[in-house]
Amino acid sequence: MSILALVKRIFHQMLRDKRALALMMVAPLLVLTLLNYLLAGNAVDPRLGVIDADDKLVERLKDNDIIVLQVEENTKDILLDRDLDGILEFAGEEISLTLTNDQPNAAKALQVKVQQAIAAEKAKEQATNLSTFMETIQSKLPGVPVKMEQVNAPEINTSYLYGNQDTIFFDQLSPILVGFFVFFFVFLISGIALLRERTTGTLERLLATPILRREIVFGYLMGYGLFAVIQTIIVVTYAIKVLDITLVGSFWNVVIINLTLALVALSLGILLSAFANSEFQMMQFIPIAIIPQVFFAGIFPFESMAGWMQVLAKCMPMYYGGSALVGVMYKGLGLSDIRNDLFVLLGFALVFIVLNIVALKKYRKI
Amino acid sequence: MSSTIVINDVSKSFGKKLVLNQINLNVESGCIYGLIGPSGSGKTTLVKIIVGMDSPNQGDVQVLNTAVPNLKLLQRIGYMAQADALYSDLTGEENLAFFASLFKLNKTAQKQRIAYAAGLVNLTADLKKKVENYSGGMKRRLSLAVALIQDPEILILDEPTVGIDPELRQSIWAELYRLKDAGKTILITTHVMDEAEKCDRLAMVRDGEIITSGSPAELKKQFEITSLEEVFLKAGGKQR
Repeated sequence: MSILALVKRIFHQMLRDKRALALMMVAPLLVLTLLNYLLAGNAVDPRLGVIDADDKLVERLKDNDIIVLQVEENTKDILLDRDLDGILEFAGEEISLTLTNDQPNAAKALQVKVQQAIAAEKAKEQATNLSTFMETIQSKLPGVPVKMEQVNAPEINTSYLYGNQDTIFFDQLSPILVGFFVFFFVFLISGIALLRERTTGTLERLLATPILRREIVFGYLMGYGLFAVIQTIIVVTYAIKVLDITLVGSFWNVVIINLTLALVALSLGILLSAFANSEFQMMQFIPIAIIPQVFFAGIFPFESMAGWMQVLAKCMPMYYGGSALVGVMYKGLGLSDIRNDLFVLLGFALVFIVLNIVALKKYRKI
Repeated sequence: MSSTIVINDVSKSFGKKLVLNQINLNVESGCIYGLIGPSGSGKTTLVKIIVGMDSPNQGDVQVLNTAVPNLKLLQRIGYMAQADALYSDLTGEENLAFFASLFKLNKTAQKQRIAYAAGLVNLTADLKKKVENYSGGMKRRLSLAVALIQDPEILILDEPTVGIDPELRQSIWAELYRLKDAGKTILITTHVMDEAEKCDRLAMVRDGEIITSGSPAELKKQFEITSLEEVFLKAGGKQR
């Protein structure tokens, strides 16, 4: 009864606060769309200047999507003026490659491509040399058939356990983002809502009625939880239908995970609001309590983390949320595979909820 | 007459600062009891302890023969805090309805009580407006209406008439008398002396202590002066 009254009130307030509603429902779509187009953008072909390069090699470089320009000398001015990503210079046996390296990733990729092209060219030269050599031997030894099998470059048939050859980084990132937005916005809105109740004195007034402390906490969880469900459905539907993000597993499993995440965010938000005296102080929790969660949500591989970082990751709710979401959306796991992640998240929520109920004792002992 | 609120030897300190020092108080049922004193004298702390929002370091409080804090007791106490604790993004009616449902009033009772409480504080015409558009006095009146919403036996009002114009103040006092005649007990804090005159019993609070108490007439007689203001100064001065 009291819980329902609280839920009803939260609905009234949320529906009237158009900005908060827009922040919760539309802002995630905006950010997702932006990221989708940013990460899906095609890489620009690198521009490479060459000095005294073999024509065959130049051809090969061009085949590898490198724009090749003939330049006169290897200087900084030429690199910059001609807007080059690198200069490849041949001086006899010596080969030198100068890279601009303004974007280390692109520079590394160019370096690899150049190395491959040179190696392939050398191998081809070697093969030609070898067959000339064989022909010479054969002409000198008539009657003895020397056969050399033509070696073809083996074709590799690549197959993928998850995703396909068109999968991009965003496909793996988007499940994490979908979960993170739910986590972040639910945290912010519920935390600030309870904070406002504390600062305006309505929380104290509330506790001067026969409402139970746990009824307040559960009322908040249900009221904002319902908005979190709506948000999740909107964000996930948009990501899949409009942005065409990979969803291998079940849509409803995604909703279940996000709902659990929202529960953790809600209970964490209202708990942390107890330690803030103003909206600004609530904001100060974002770099401490929220931002680090993103890093441990699966954007950086867990295996490559240092030991103590792995321990830290396991203390972060988003680590479990991210892993479950990537599991369902990208790898197509079922509910039974992500069960453990969900249990840990529910454990977090339970701890925060109990702490909330205890923290309200500050206002009323019973 | 039986006692509705009994305060035994209550002391409270925040950190090292002693806010209430061995307060003893007895509020008889069916009377208007005034706690009068300057701001910072400890009135609000005492009121909060009576409602159960704060607990004393020492001593105990009994309301309606029940030890405070008690959840069931809250159903029978109408509390109006010093600060207007209202939801400014909701309308006056929604505020009243919200608190009414926290007191577990059914739909019909809710309607009836909202109409009564709003009429009493002269807000019936403004019920559909959002509280953020209310004036200071209107908010104060709405807070009073919230305190009355569940038809409580005891009213505990912390500075209820601050920011309310004289005309409305008079009509509120008239209603407090009506409530008193209906058998309700009212504990009111104020720092306005002419309001103290209207109480049946008075306790003067200063620096966390009750310096004197009695009916307004008794107090005046005791100190042989005509205005309560002088009583306050004299009684306060005696302590120094």
